[in-house]
Amino acid sequence: MLQTAIILAKIWGVLLTLVSLAAIMTWVERKQSAVMQDRLGANRADVLGLRIIGLFQPMADGLKMFFKEDFVPARGDKFLHTLAPMIAFFPALLTFAVIPFGDVLRIGTLEIPLQIANLNIGYLFILAFGGLTIYGTVLAGWSSNNKYSLLGGLRAGAQMISYEVVLGLSLVGLIMVFGTLQLDIMVKKQGELLFGFLPAWGIFLQPLGFLLFLPSAIAETKRVPFDLPEGESEIIGYYTEYSGMRFGLFYFAEFIEIIVLSAIMATLFFGGYQIPWLYAEGFQFPWGWEWNLPHLLVVILQIGSFFAKIAFFCWLQVLIRWTLPRFRYDQLMRLCWVNILPLAVLNIVLTGLVLMILN
Amino acid sequence: MANIDYNNLKTNYETSVQKVEMGLWEKIYYPEVIRGLLLTTGHFVRNMTVHIAHVFGLARNKRGAVTYQYPEERRPIHRRYRGRHRLMKKPDGSERCTACMLCETICPTQCISIIPQEHPDPAVEKHPASYEIDILRCCFCGYCVEACPCDAIRMDTQKVEIANWDRTRMVYDKEYLMTDITGPGAPPENDPPLWWLQ
Repeated sequence: MLQTAIILAKIWGVLLTLVSLAAIMTWVERKQSAVMQDRLGANRADVLGLRIIGLFQPMADGLKMFFKEDFVPARGDKFLHTLAPMIAFFPALLTFAVIPFGDVLRIGTLEIPLQIANLNIGYLFILAFGGLTIYGTVLAGWSSNNKYSLLGGLRAGAQMISYEVVLGLSLVGLIMVFGTLQLDIMVKKQGELLFGFLPAWGIFLQPLGFLLFLPSAIAETKRVPFDLPEGESEIIGYYTEYSGMRFGLFYFAEFIEIIVLSAIMATLFFGGYQIPWLYAEGFQFPWGWEWNLPHLLVVILQIGSFFAKIAFFCWLQVLIRWTLPRFRYDQLMRLCWVNILPLAVLNIVLTGLVLMILN
Repeated sequence: MANIDYNNLKTNYETSVQKVEMGLWEKIYYPEVIRGLLLTTGHFVRNMTVHIAHVFGLARNKRGAVTYQYPEERRPIHRRYRGRHRLMKKPDGSERCTACMLCETICPTQCISIIPQEHPDPAVEKHPASYEIDILRCCFCGYCVEACPCDAIRMDTQKVEIANWDRTRMVYDKEYLMTDITGPGAPPENDPPLWWLQ
């Protein structure tokens, strides 16, 4: 009974955190892009004359979307048209279930692992549900009864399936190094040290893997410079025929994907909740200092570090989105199949060789 | 004119389009991408520092954005900017216009319509009984100001927000053109005529 309550509390906590973070991300995206471009950004939405640097803008956007006409094209497939945004939204949320956001929390004799579901195939779970979002985009294009949407959906499908391949391959090296698919063990192993001082984060073990993972992951979330599936105004993407809250769900899913992708990057390559040299008892610096901390403080520090990493990668993704121009479609495909794919295979071979030599 | 043989027209596309080949440094994307990201990060860090300094009341003379926050903060307008018209006044408060019809005549969009009238003062010949400008037709060329021999109409109110909910209210009458003339930075309403007219 208590266990069930704890799991439910974790699910609700993560769900609420994710959804509210996504709402804040819409604000962050607008403000950060504005600051990067020497503007101020949205600051007009006010409640009773109170503006607080545009923080009411997400609420105003949400309200607007709820009151817009919910349009289904004539002779479009109404069922699939409704289902598509849900399919796009749902796996993005579900992926977070396997990501550990903290170490085990001990209250008395109670041990609470700070992870919703500790699957032994957690890594495959992420890839599987990442792949499921393709259905959302393709179905959205198909059910709209619009040839441009259909072409947009096809483009999106081709892009996402291509990058799914390199996304998986770029992470194989990491599995070989850690020897597991279980994410919490991966994170625990990243708490160890390399050469006695360097934290054994994925980025230090697999630098090439990270450089290949980052573009393929951004291509999976369909953001600039890989945003051809959407192509907001000029090449017409798969959600042309969407309006109101159905469109809002696609939009919201994109922001949740940003956060989830940041969480995956932090977990796989940047030590998850680990802080360098922080162990369960406290800090143990490589030059011999020790600083013992109470258990609760360590757990809070770890969760804080995890969310700080998420915040940093969200910032990085928005930075990339507002810096780079879009790829042309042939460039996009060439980058995937000609450049990243051989390098990913090379990375696997090199990792295997190094592991063979070391053992 | 020379005869051009359109069938045998040859443009040297080889030289007219210069194709810049990317070197290896550009082709591996990452260095150039990072260079671009550093540029935008520089802007972000600089502007963010200024914004945070503003919160603590520091660096007031620096701006974190190049944009103007429009209704609160206005872009300075040059004093020769052609804004909304106004009719100048004599020292006694009546209109300076003598209804000579030059502005109505020269107006390319014919948006000015004047009804002249005998002036009650026998020393003055005419004055406008009504002076209307259809601001929806006006093209802000400023010919009326140039044509006016007694500096009675000017466009120096610096008013640029000419909007209304109702088309009928966009025809400005004499009273409106003589009263609502206090634009920011505009000269006073009975500014003496320009020196060459005195």
